[in-house]
Amino acid sequence: MNNALLTKVIEKNKRTDLPEFRPGDTIRVHVKIKEGDKERLQAFEGTVIAEHNAGLGKTVTVRKISFGQGVERIFPVNAPVIDHIDVVRTGKVRRAKLYYLRGLKGKAARLRERE
Amino acid sequence: MGPGILGKKIGMTQVYRANGEVVPVTLLKAGPCVVVQRKTPTVDGYDAAQLGLVEFAKANRVTKPVAGHVKKANAEGVKFMRELPLNGGDLKTGDRVLVDQFKPKDKVDVIGLSKGRGFASLVKRHHFRGGPDSHGSMFHRAPGSIGASSFPSRVFPGMKMAGQMGTTRVTVRNLEVIQVDADDNVLMVKGAVPGPNGGYVVVRPAKK
Repeated sequence: MNNALLTKVIEKNKRTDLPEFRPGDTIRVHVKIKEGDKERLQAFEGTVIAEHNAGLGKTVTVRKISFGQGVERIFPVNAPVIDHIDVVRTGKVRRAKLYYLRGLKGKAARLRERE
Repeated sequence: MGPGILGKKIGMTQVYRANGEVVPVTLLKAGPCVVVQRKTPTVDGYDAAQLGLVEFAKANRVTKPVAGHVKKANAEGVKFMRELPLNGGDLKTGDRVLVDQFKPKDKVDVIGLSKGRGFASLVKRHHFRGGPDSHGSMFHRAPGSIGASSFPSRVFPGMKMAGQMGTTRVTVRNLEVIQVDADDNVLMVKGAVPGPNGGYVVVRPAKK
């Protein structure tokens, strides 16, 4: 049980500009990358397979298949390195952690769209 | 910065700096405080303000001597009081002391009563390594030798042994102030602070 003031501070410091998404959705995360003194955006598109709800330290695990190789990246959602997130596609799933997708590929790893 | 402030530990979380750095922070409910008594060089021989944390304590939770002392400053509801040294200044009895004396990037010292660990032995209390748990080991967490035998025929003073651990006054120095919320009287400092959530703390400007 969190103290009311702690909850309030967490709410105040949370990012509000990001869209809502859930595990199963396909999202495109635009990350700020510093190269020397220049800054550019890099996109990572994949399926959200897990959310780790830890207040301001909340992270999401995004999985994609890159050149036939599964790649997962964990993003700290509230961090300022995340420029913005687009929801590409929703997905209908029945559990919170989609680790079973790691064992599937191709047609078997598809998810049905949510209405 | 002002004289410092009294408060209670709320809990910990983490925030991000503008450059993306993650900062572990402790939230403190700091104040509002009221000056319960002013100690002056002429009367008391030193200059200090006795602050009381305003927390609307029920009358039956405050002892009568404390209630009477606090009543002189019209500060009913105060239970926790500490003196903080002053160098002059025009604080008077009954004045309020608030968090807005601090601003981000200030350095503060936080004093609290550490969590009690009871009668703890050497591995926990003095970070001894202990022995292996398996492979037939018969030496796990015992203290081992505490000295030689017939000479000196005694245990040297200061030998690290088991005993009470925790529930001592601990000062953490030079914590950075990250955010100040004057409306809710919340102070956010970088790093950990001694004591359990809900424990009383004293926050003062950093000494060094």
